[in-house]
Amino acid sequence: MWSDAGLVAGKDLRIELRSRVALNQVLPFSFVVLVLFAFALDPDRGVLERAAPGLFWVAVLLTSLLATQRSFAVEAADANRDRLRMSGLDPAGLFLGKAGAVAVQLLLLEVLLLVGISFLYGIALRSFGLLALTCVLATLGLAAAGTVYGVMAFGLRVRETLLPLLVLPVLAPVLLAATRSFEAALAGAPRETVGWLGLLAAFAALYTVVGLFGFGPLLEES
Amino acid sequence: MGYVAAGYLVTLGGLGAYSAWLVRRAKQLKHDRAR
Amino acid sequence: MTTPPTPAPAAGRASAVLGWASLVLVGATVGLGLVLPRTQEQAEYSRLIAVHPPAAWASYVAVGVAAVAAIGFLVTRRGGWDRVTIASLEVGAVFTAITLATGSIWGRPTWGVWWEWDARLTTEALLLAVLLGAVALRRSLAPGLGRGVITSVAALATVGLLPVVHFSVEWWRSQHQAGTLLAPDPATNADNPYIVAMLVGFVAFSVLFAWMVVQRVRIEALEEEADGIVLDRAIAERRAEASPARGVTA
Repeated sequence: MWSDAGLVAGKDLRIELRSRVALNQVLPFSFVVLVLFAFALDPDRGVLERAAPGLFWVAVLLTSLLATQRSFAVEAADANRDRLRMSGLDPAGLFLGKAGAVAVQLLLLEVLLLVGISFLYGIALRSFGLLALTCVLATLGLAAAGTVYGVMAFGLRVRETLLPLLVLPVLAPVLLAATRSFEAALAGAPRETVGWLGLLAAFAALYTVVGLFGFGPLLEES
Repeated sequence: MGYVAAGYLVTLGGLGAYSAWLVRRAKQLKHDRAR
Repeated sequence: MTTPPTPAPAAGRASAVLGWASLVLVGATVGLGLVLPRTQEQAEYSRLIAVHPPAAWASYVAVGVAAVAAIGFLVTRRGGWDRVTIASLEVGAVFTAITLATGSIWGRPTWGVWWEWDARLTTEALLLAVLLGAVALRRSLAPGLGRGVITSVAALATVGLLPVVHFSVEWWRSQHQAGTLLAPDPATNADNPYIVAMLVGFVAFSVLFAWMVVQRVRIEALEEEADGIVLDRAIAERRAEASPARGVTA
């Protein structure tokens, strides 16, 4: 399973390296979102600063949608779906590989976005360890859930509009927990992050389990 | 008073409309099947 | 999937009983609700207690039934379970929408706001979105075993999600009235007309839910049958096209 996962993740990341879609399109998108938030909210720095954690995670959430869409878009061409099913790859490994590749891309984006909010919104990045931990746990959940719902919508022509509707409500707990965790970390109250980090871990675990067991059957049927 | 009325109207209206659709659709399908 | 069997006459009678029972019970609920006396704190708006908590209850029942049916389908792969799943999801969406509407209407004159970001309402709002998404997903899938698998997984993911959302929002804020049902106030007793009206509402909506699901399952069965017939006809037509041109095949 792990070797299959590595194979698939490697393939997806290599595709990304060559096409540079995440770099050229997704990353600028998330920065545009950050800038637009600044337009929408009072230019008064105080408001942006207070809202920064939430805005960061909303931007990440929207970006994860794009990343997941892209992850399945590369499989949609040229009857790849059938090839995937017949390839003999362990479906759990396939799931881990696809989710893993999305997670890696999201994490890199998040690092850059952290720099972004520090610069654009004037946030001092305290407790970097906790921020990093939050990012890792939240990203695992986003990638796992996104991949599970992505495969459900995989075969559909309405995939682009349906997937956000399916996935965003489901990701709401991640948004909530990650924002609160960031707020606590940035405010210098590390103990308050514990509950939220636990929630993020539980969410990631839940959807990883669903993905490991469900990806195969779902892929067969899509 | 208006709020209470609105609340009950919405409830009955919503449930009633869906129920009506259920009945209508079933009749329509049975009719189609008979053909 | 094999063509579903025609519903037996007994099922039709049961459904009729459920239907009339719901009509009577819902009527009773509304009647009781409208004649409730005003309370001190919430004036007359709390008359909506006869419909709002029952609607919320029905939406949770719907999700529970959908989850059980989903497991049933995944284990047995029988179409009947799948039809119950989609029926529950759809009926659940209806009750969830009503819960939100009545909750909002209750909240406005009582607390001055159309909406509160507390655990229950927020969870209910997300639930509506998730249910609509699941129904939309179902509609876009072609009939077949695969559709059932995807619907079941979506239903189970919905169920798994609810407690997570509920408790996380609760951690975050809490403002909704202390639960009348989940944590009953010791002062309430059976004489309290509000509780009576609410309980009648619970029963009424539960029965109504059952009737709606039965109807919706029947519709699903009929639609699958119709799809099957359309498919058979199409195949027969294709075959008919082939034979005259090539002569009789062995």
